[in-house]
Amino acid sequence: MSELTRRRLMTALPIIGAGALGVGFWKMLGGMGSGNFDPHAVNAPILNRPVPDFSLPGLPGMGDGFGSDTLKALTQPVLLNFFASWCIPCVAEMPELREIGKRIPIWGIAYKDKPEDSVRFVQRDGSPYQRVASDRSGLTAIDWGVTGVPESFLILPGGRIAWHGTAALSMDTLHTEIQPRLSAAEAGK
Amino acid sequence: MKRAPALALGLVLIATPAFAVDDPSEMLPNKQQEQRAEAIGAQLRCLVCQNESIEDSSADLARDLRHVVREHVARGESDRQIMAWMTARYGEFVRLKPRLSVGTVMLWAMPVLALLAGLAAAATMLRRRHEAPPLSEEERRRVAELSNATGQD
Repeated sequence: MSELTRRRLMTALPIIGAGALGVGFWKMLGGMGSGNFDPHAVNAPILNRPVPDFSLPGLPGMGDGFGSDTLKALTQPVLLNFFASWCIPCVAEMPELREIGKRIPIWGIAYKDKPEDSVRFVQRDGSPYQRVASDRSGLTAIDWGVTGVPESFLILPGGRIAWHGTAALSMDTLHTEIQPRLSAAEAGK
Repeated sequence: MKRAPALALGLVLIATPAFAVDDPSEMLPNKQQEQRAEAIGAQLRCLVCQNESIEDSSADLARDLRHVVREHVARGESDRQIMAWMTARYGEFVRLKPRLSVGTVMLWAMPVLALLAGLAAAATMLRRRHEAPPLSEEERRRVAELSNATGQD
């Protein structure tokens, strides 16, 4: 009798193991489909962390720059937008940025751009930004995990990063991705 | 200016295309450190082109990251420290060679486990076919009963 159960156990173990792996893979695939699991997620590590340390100068004639201290002292949520005058999607997102800026303040960081080019770019049709800083070396952007412009972050009061978007901002993104996180943050208070 | 054409030709021959790592101004003066930096860079994914290492890529961000790696190497940081610095910013995806984790162990273990499961299943099936299981106490009694019954007839 004990001989028989042991043999059964020996047979069952690998099958159970393979079954468990199967379930694991199934879950991974499901997560990839629904967007909960993304093996290519380059930007996951910064989420739900405080903003990285930095301090950047402003653009000529456009006020002071800002840094991590300024963001940590915030009492209301802010969208941080990395942009450059040489980046075409940045040109494309500007009209929508102006609209979004009416709902939630947007702060800009000019990425690897000549300050005078940035100023011309921002002021051409009216600036969507409340404050603008200049990251000429692009090293601050690396600390944020930015891989290319435009990229945006939702920063909650106290300087916690709640969302990271790697495409041009749009009203659609505001409604489907940013607003739910704002509501969640409100509810969690 | 007889020499001008020769000079021009010479310059053309000297000029090499500005390939990613071949720009000497990027390299560290210390040869050992430079080799280490290249080895580390070869393990880091260029996040713009994604299937090239930052040492192979000519993307702007790759050049910046190469520079950062060299700064960290020159500061005397270990490979592990530099990799940790990168993964803190860009996640595990930045490693071209994934680290051992539950997910990667699963990936590697799958063929072995599948083979074991198959062998076990085959073994039990073969054994079942060849050897009849020994009679239980109950069955032996029943056989004896039946043979006794036929003997009486």
